[in-house]
Amino acid sequence: MENSTSPAPKKMNLQRVEMSKQKPEVRRQNFDEVAFGYTPEEAMAEASRCLDCKKPGCVGNCPVEVNIPDFIRCIKAGDFAEGIRIIRQKNCLPAVTGRVCPQEEQCEGGCVFAKRGGQIAIGRLERFLADWEASQGINTGSIKKPRPTGRKVAVIGGGPAGLTVAGDLIQLGHQVTVYEALHKVGGVLVYGIPEFRLPKRIVRREVDYLTSLGVEMVTSYVVGKTRTVDSLLEEYDAIFVGSGAGLPWFMEIPGNNLNGVYSANEYLTRMNLMKGYTFPSVQTPIKQHHRVAVIGGGNVAMDCARTALRLGAEAHIVYRRSRQELPARLEEVENAEEEGVIFDFLTLPLACLGNENSWVTGLSCQKMELGEPDASGRRSPVAIPGSEFVMPVDAIIYAIGNSPNPLIPSTTPGLAIGRKGNIEAEEATGKTSKARVWAGGDVVTGAATVILAMGAGRKAARAIHRYLQTLEEE
Amino acid sequence: MIPVLERTMVAPNIHNLRLQAPDVARSAKPGQFVILQAEEDGERIPLTISDWDAEKGDITVVFMQVGATTGKLALLKAGDSIPTAAGPLGNPMELGNFGTVICVGGCYGIASIYPIARALKEMNNRVICVVEARSSFLFYWQEKLRKTSDEMIFITRDGSLGRRGHINNLGSIIPSIKGGVDRVIINGCNYVMMRGCEETRPLGIKTIVSLNTLMIDGTGMCGVCRVTVNGSNKFACVDGPHFDGHEVNWDELSSRRQAYLREETVTLRTSAPEKER
Ligand SMILES: Cc1cc2nc3c(=O)[nH]c(=O)nc-3n(C[C@H](O)[C@H](O)[C@H](O)COP(=O)(O)OP(=O)(O)OC[C@H]3O[C@@H](n4cnc5c(N)ncnc54)[C@H](O)[C@@H]3O)c2cc1C
Ligand SMILES: Cc1cc2nc3c(=O)[nH]c(=O)nc-3n(C[C@H](O)[C@H](O)[C@H](O)COP(=O)(O)OP(=O)(O)OC[C@H]3O[C@@H](n4cnc5c(N)ncnc54)[C@H](O)[C@@H]3O)c2cc1C
Ligand code: SF4
Ligand code: SF4
Ligand code: FES
Repeated sequence: MENSTSPAPKKMNLQRVEMSKQKPEVRRQNFDEVAFGYTPEEAMAEASRCLDCKKPGCVGNCPVEVNIPDFIRCIKAGDFAEGIRIIRQKNCLPAVTGRVCPQEEQCEGGCVFAKRGGQIAIGRLERFLADWEASQGINTGSIKKPRPTGRKVAVIGGGPAGLTVAGDLIQLGHQVTVYEALHKVGGVLVYGIPEFRLPKRIVRREVDYLTSLGVEMVTSYVVGKTRTVDSLLEEYDAIFVGSGAGLPWFMEIPGNNLNGVYSANEYLTRMNLMKGYTFPSVQTPIKQHHRVAVIGGGNVAMDCARTALRLGAEAHIVYRRSRQELPARLEEVENAEEEGVIFDFLTLPLACLGNENSWVTGLSCQKMELGEPDASGRRSPVAIPGSEFVMPVDAIIYAIGNSPNPLIPSTTPGLAIGRKGNIEAEEATGKTSKARVWAGGDVVTGAATVILAMGAGRKAARAIHRYLQTLEEE
Repeated sequence: MIPVLERTMVAPNIHNLRLQAPDVARSAKPGQFVILQAEEDGERIPLTISDWDAEKGDITVVFMQVGATTGKLALLKAGDSIPTAAGPLGNPMELGNFGTVICVGGCYGIASIYPIARALKEMNNRVICVVEARSSFLFYWQEKLRKTSDEMIFITRDGSLGRRGHINNLGSIIPSIKGGVDRVIINGCNYVMMRGCEETRPLGIKTIVSLNTLMIDGTGMCGVCRVTVNGSNKFACVDGPHFDGHEVNWDELSSRRQAYLREETVTLRTSAPEKER
């Protein structure tokens, strides 16, 4: 076994094995997944670069602590079944995280290679194993059926946070029911992130796996409305709330309620959850837009612009700062650029303009420039006087963020709510101010990432398990 | 899957659909709605819970067949099932002892006003129901409404029953009511609600309407249901659907409601039910 200590050994191979993708001019015409994934040979080649560090920095940077060196060693040895089994011990959604984790900040950011570039492509390897498992038509459900504890837990919200809690607790022998408001489980994974980045059959498969472990999924069940948290507490020993981000924000400018102005959630939900991109073979009505302005610069904005592009529109990203400040993952920015999304940097929207039928005709904007560095050294944008102009568009999509979903906070007495409408929960355990109620994910932190939501789920599951054990001792 | 217990046509184009949904029935309050799907991957549409039985665990919605989804619902029969009936969503209607309340219903609103009238009656209000339709054969649920009201007034456009005319009759009905009117509640299409509000505004009577916006999730996630009320942005599914009708920006509402008209006719043409049942 090799060790890695600084200074790094000379045999460090800094050349990442590239993952092949659909060509930009092809993929901008379809909704198929952009990246193809590694072949077994490619995966083994990439895995063989890993130094199998004694104190691996990668693991500590993964919010769910996947045992990275061990699964990579299995790939090297060609034992894929064992590799995926190792991942699944810690991560119940590997096909998802392997695709959408911001790996550059998480696992790969902690890899010994990171400082010199060429860090091990941990996400791609994780994805490879998950896809390999799917291609074999098996699930590494070799997990022994645990002894039932007789304890019951309700999980509210079927997003990554809730699914992680469900996966962890079912494997500890507790009975778990997931209550999901929409008609499909998966949260943002099914209604937000587009098919071309995360095929829905993959989410489906992971959810089916949890069902096969015994998790009960109840869809179209709006907790707070169909039944309150207090009422569920009469039946369940513990509750986890993972209800995600809700209410979309709009800028405080005129014209937001013109036809053709969407929130990212509406636009993406129509396209993903409701499969609008296959209209009219499904009935979700969608508009054929010609020129679309997406306001924002994060992952959500990229997804909207790339979706609009695939539906035949000229897609613009309107962002008030410059390229360096874009909060989206670099990989997604590059994908968007390759596909032909047009970036209008240093541009501030002033008003949505419409015609006499109340349909959007343009976005009135002002150019910005980067001002003097402020106290923090950051140069914030300032408006250039007289630089107003109109961008002719027939649709405007707001991708500037959300407030946490208000349904649970507003119907649950005794649950402490933060200033931004978020549920307050202890970071280490997810414990809320209300007895027997834990919370995690976007509803606590505001919009964040899949893996952070899963990490929060993992911590809460641990705390819930500890609590349930004290009950058993009684 | 939600079992269909009964589906009958109560008036031309207007259907009664009774579903087995025990948890929804247990929590339902007057003025709340469910989001239904007629089939997997189909549109999600909001329909008001017009009656329910908490003990038997069933809910009744009454819908007007207008487009693709309601067209599919209109073909259901007992023993079928639909994938989704999520609810009860939205805020319940504000109830109380107001005095004399006029409950106005047109088309599907004749049914959706019923649980509101019933609750107001139980709270010792004097309840006057005003129902409106093109012609007398379009009325339904008359017996149910009669039981929950002190008086019933009919308006038909052809004069075949009650007063002849339209909702603007409200302007002459209200002053004719002895003892005065303390509140008006209107349910039905946006046009009827808007015109009704025009009649009550000069009389200075508080008028509550149940807005009929586009909706997708019904949980405050998508924002498609936004309306301008008293100058500020509201989401009909979580802040409403009931608002003071004198504060609603009706022009904006009706133009947003029409947004998909063209696409809806496409689905009508391309999704004709394969076979009549
Ligand atoms: C378009 C888009 C792209 C993104 N891209 C990325 C990416 O590439 N990488 C990344 O890491 N992150 C990405 N994110 C962020 C990431 O998806 C979220 O941070 C993550 O999904 C949060 O998980 P969660 O479980 O807290 O909530 P959610 O995924 O929001 O799930 C919450 C679930 O709870 C349900 N719910 C809400 N209220 C109730 C109720 N009252 N009763 C029952 N159920 C309820 C909701 O319907 C939903 O299904 C993206 C987000 C969006 C919108
Ligand atoms: C809170 C609320 C309660 C309602 N209660 C009732 C009721 O009890 N009975 C009843 O008959 N109707 C009710 N409606 C109206 C009902 O939702 C629409 O008639 C229904 O969506 C039409 O669906 P469709 O597919 O058959 O028609 P479509 O083909 O969709 O189109 C017909 C009409 O429906 C509108 N529409 C299109 N998409 C949507 C959407 N996503 N959501 C809503 N409307 C849309 C169109 O603007 C068009 O005018 C209610 C609406 C709301 C908001
Ligand atoms: S779950 Fe995400 S952060 Fe953890 S190893 Fe996998 S890709 Fe990296
Ligand atoms: S992935 Fe990087 S940090 Fe982790 S064990 Fe391999 S070389 Fe070391
Ligand atoms: S229907 Fe989506 S926010 Fe109201």
